[in-house]
Amino acid sequence: MDELKLYTYIAVFGSFALYFAIAWWARAGSTSDFYVAGGGVTPIQNGMAIGADWMSAASFISMAGLIAFLGYGGSVFLMGWTGGYVLLAMLLAPYMRKHGKFTVPEFISDRYYSKTARIVAVICLIIASLTYIIGQMKGVGVAFSRFLEVDYGLGLGIGMMVVWVYAVLGGMKGITYTQIAQYCVLIFAYTIPAIFISLQLTGNPIPQLGLGSTLADGSGVYLLDKLDMVVTDLGFKEYTTDNMGGTLNMFAYTMSLMIGTAGLPHVIMRFFTVPSVKAARSSAGYALVFIALLYTVAPAVGAMARLNLMNTIEPSAGQHMVYEERPQWFKDWEQTGLLKFEDKNGDGKVQYVADAKTNEMVKVDRDIMVLANPAIANLPNWVIALVAAGGLAAALSTAAGLLLAISSSVSHDLMKGVLTPDLSEKNELLAGRIVMTISILVSGYLGLNPPGFAAGTVALAFGLAASSIFPALMMGIFSKKMSGKAAVAGMCSGIGITMLYVFQHKGIMFIPGTSFLGGLEENWFFGISPNAFGAVGALVNFGVAFAVCKLTGEAPAHIQQLVENFRIPKGAGEAHAH
Amino acid sequence: MESENSYWAENLRLILICLVIWFVVSFGFGLLLVEPLNEIRLGGYKLGFWFAQQGSIYVFVGLIFWYTAQMNKLDKKYKVEEE
Repeated sequence: MDELKLYTYIAVFGSFALYFAIAWWARAGSTSDFYVAGGGVTPIQNGMAIGADWMSAASFISMAGLIAFLGYGGSVFLMGWTGGYVLLAMLLAPYMRKHGKFTVPEFISDRYYSKTARIVAVICLIIASLTYIIGQMKGVGVAFSRFLEVDYGLGLGIGMMVVWVYAVLGGMKGITYTQIAQYCVLIFAYTIPAIFISLQLTGNPIPQLGLGSTLADGSGVYLLDKLDMVVTDLGFKEYTTDNMGGTLNMFAYTMSLMIGTAGLPHVIMRFFTVPSVKAARSSAGYALVFIALLYTVAPAVGAMARLNLMNTIEPSAGQHMVYEERPQWFKDWEQTGLLKFEDKNGDGKVQYVADAKTNEMVKVDRDIMVLANPAIANLPNWVIALVAAGGLAAALSTAAGLLLAISSSVSHDLMKGVLTPDLSEKNELLAGRIVMTISILVSGYLGLNPPGFAAGTVALAFGLAASSIFPALMMGIFSKKMSGKAAVAGMCSGIGITMLYVFQHKGIMFIPGTSFLGGLEENWFFGISPNAFGAVGALVNFGVAFAVCKLTGEAPAHIQQLVENFRIPKGAGEAHAH
Repeated sequence: MESENSYWAENLRLILICLVIWFVVSFGFGLLLVEPLNEIRLGGYKLGFWFAQQGSIYVFVGLIFWYTAQMNKLDKKYKVEEE
């Protein structure tokens, strides 16, 4: 076994052992432990746990790669996935914490005095969470197969088992404390390579400053200016101004991601674990600090990786890399099929240009930018080993949070709340654990046999959260008079129009050929891409709900009193079931 | 009841201030005004690009902590803080 593989095994299995130890120490004994970690998590702990919960395999592995190739257009992810926390801290989290229940559908059911509203919320939650989990499971399988050369299915199985142990045993309590450990692993794994690369390229160890510095090669040219020059010379769009389908599309996309973030139930749930309203407000702040640590480094990683890649292939203008002399990482990634070279002009050299006819780098997968980055920059083996453990930590922590959101909505909202209200606490806990086990098996199966629509599902998850859950919660808090009927009508029309738009452009359930308007950009409503449509769905939701409320009358007096009550912090106890 | 209404009104005013700033730094500086701002440089960064990929995030963090501090004061002023 070579040195790199040995280090990788140590990093990955060492981190797993840590998660198991924490799970054993933090076993759940009651439904309160299982759903809200007993309500005793401090704001800083909760902030870290939210960070790990939120930052998924996509944030860790894919985002910097997306930014590397989208340039300025990639800003939608940076602003969208952080700006949502401002909305959470001011518009949702403190009031929902004050109300003091276990789940998001439970809040909706109390506020809108309606079982229908609760069931609609459960359905949205399960669709959004399941689609999200598939991506995490794929991330686990990929990390295992690339770094440890284990079979994809076996890697997935190991990942499922690890999550099963600490999520089923520990519930929210176990998940919270393992997420804190996972945050530390993933942030360490993300920033260490970035610091090395920033030092190499600019001499500045802080990547956020390095991105705005001059290059260390003595030329005195700013890194971003150099990158702009290199990519435009080869016919690509200028890195710092490429605006991804226009300003309106970027605007709608950013807004959709922001309100989608604020409406994702597995994130909102984490605010029920803190002891007070005050702590709910400040844990949103700490969460964003911990998230910003990664999100402000990501654009530096993206830009620097792109520059390193370009410089490797074409060290100076007109002088191309000879294919036979390609570095080891190039060969490694060629084997995975994520990097492909085709010598079109037969000169044995690599030409990487924007024009598809003469471009010889026929495939450069975005995901390899983070994974291959340490190798491209010739970093020591222990740094590369860290990246594997970090990617797994990101995927597992998010998967666990999502699993808890699903299992609590089934055992607490559907079973205890609607179907079998006389379920005892002990049996509810058992039901929660069984549902979680089933969800792990289902998501593992879907990760192993990803349905054809897996690629489009993230858009659907955010679209659903943005167009249904966020507006329903916000109106429930800020409009006392909003009635149950109106909220259900709003949620259904918001989801309806978003799904219709996504499906008509991407195919019904993403099956190719069933898209009745085609994926053509000309048919997009004002040029808004399907991924960015959640914001429009939310507007429709607000509009319909207020119109229906005007026509059918306002919420009854005791509900208005309930709203008055959760608007002030006084009298908040720990989260409870009834 | 009277004091609870003015507590809520003051809270709404704070939220409005925060959301205006939230909108201006991200959608304003980072998207709508990005081209004119890009004429200004911040070291190697074009200013509009910096707001879109760095600055807006720092402002978001600051906003949440400022709002939290203001709300804690407000809770005390109206005596609605938790026991």
